[in-house]
Amino acid sequence: MRILNIVESAYRATLEEQDDTVLWLSRALRNAGADLTVLLRGNAVSYAVQQACPTLSLGALTIQHPAQPNDDLAKLRAKGAAVFVVQEDLDDRGIDKQRCVEAAQPVRRAEIATLLEEHDQIWHW
Amino acid sequence: MSDYVLIESRDPFDSADTGFVADTAEALRARGRDVTVYLVQNAVLATRAGARGSQVPRLAKAGVTVLADDFSLRERGIEAGEIAGGVRPASIDALVDLVMRPGAKTLWH
Amino acid sequence: MAQTLTVAIMDAPYEAAASTTAFRIIASALRKGIDVNVFAYEGAVSLTMKGQAPHANPVKGTTVEEEDHPTTKDIVSALVALGAEAPRLTWVNCGLCVDERGAGDWIDGVKRGGPADFLKMAEGSSATLVIPTK
Repeated sequence: MRILNIVESAYRATLEEQDDTVLWLSRALRNAGADLTVLLRGNAVSYAVQQACPTLSLGALTIQHPAQPNDDLAKLRAKGAAVFVVQEDLDDRGIDKQRCVEAAQPVRRAEIATLLEEHDQIWHW
Repeated sequence: MSDYVLIESRDPFDSADTGFVADTAEALRARGRDVTVYLVQNAVLATRAGARGSQVPRLAKAGVTVLADDFSLRERGIEAGEIAGGVRPASIDALVDLVMRPGAKTLWH
Repeated sequence: MAQTLTVAIMDAPYEAAASTTAFRIIASALRKGIDVNVFAYEGAVSLTMKGQAPHANPVKGTTVEEEDHPTTKDIVSALVALGAEAPRLTWVNCGLCVDERGAGDWIDGVKRGGPADFLKMAEGSSATLVIPTK
């Protein structure tokens, strides 16, 4: 069963949570043996930008280990999952490809239908 | 050959992303696929004939079957006479039937 | 052989219209004789919290009895009852999501699981529907 995980929602509770919960779920599914492809679209294309979330101190408490999506993408690739990012969504956000991590391979919007055809399950998060 | 069921829950007044379902539906139709878009929740706000920014005309023109959740329509006071051509009210049972068709691929937006 | 539908949900109670739509889909599938698996992820694990209590409505001037309004755990209980035998409803709360929300005291008919269970349910189903949060 080939699964296409489409990730659109970005930076939702990524400091309260330990990770972006859909990238985390994607890694967990891959670890469980899922034949998985990840497509970043919408605001989630921002996860393809080189970034490191700062720590956050609130009173005596510090969130030391916030979500690091670049790491999640690299780990997914290392485990054999394909990771794609929609080029036009990057362009719409003025994101220069020089700022993007290698783990995410650009695809054009016109190729999304092909990805849908190539997968048995389409899970849009 | 797969059928596609694209469930659209977003409306064009609150979301800048309703084009995604329309683009995807059109592209799949161009490949000869049978595509149904099921509008649910606030997405049905785009079913009125005069609704601006609605993707319904485009979908209907592409040969996509456009259904609108009857409960969502009633909840929002959208009457049958107001609904644009090309949209048919449908029950949640109809959605389940579509989702369960062998080979159907379903996406919720 | 009965068909099976797996549904993944994410929304916390009382926050999104998608929860009600999910309930409607689950109920419809069960009425049609379809077995249903639910994987409750993130905030959706709070839908089943036993500690939920209905309340009076001081704005409307109604008592709890007059409001007669179910909590989400009541709705899930009704679905569990609908899917008690055949067709069957299997409701799995993502365990780590439960832990971080303190949502572990849940109604009968619910069990703890994780992504591997979701994958297994999806692989064994006729169809899988993911209802995301926003």
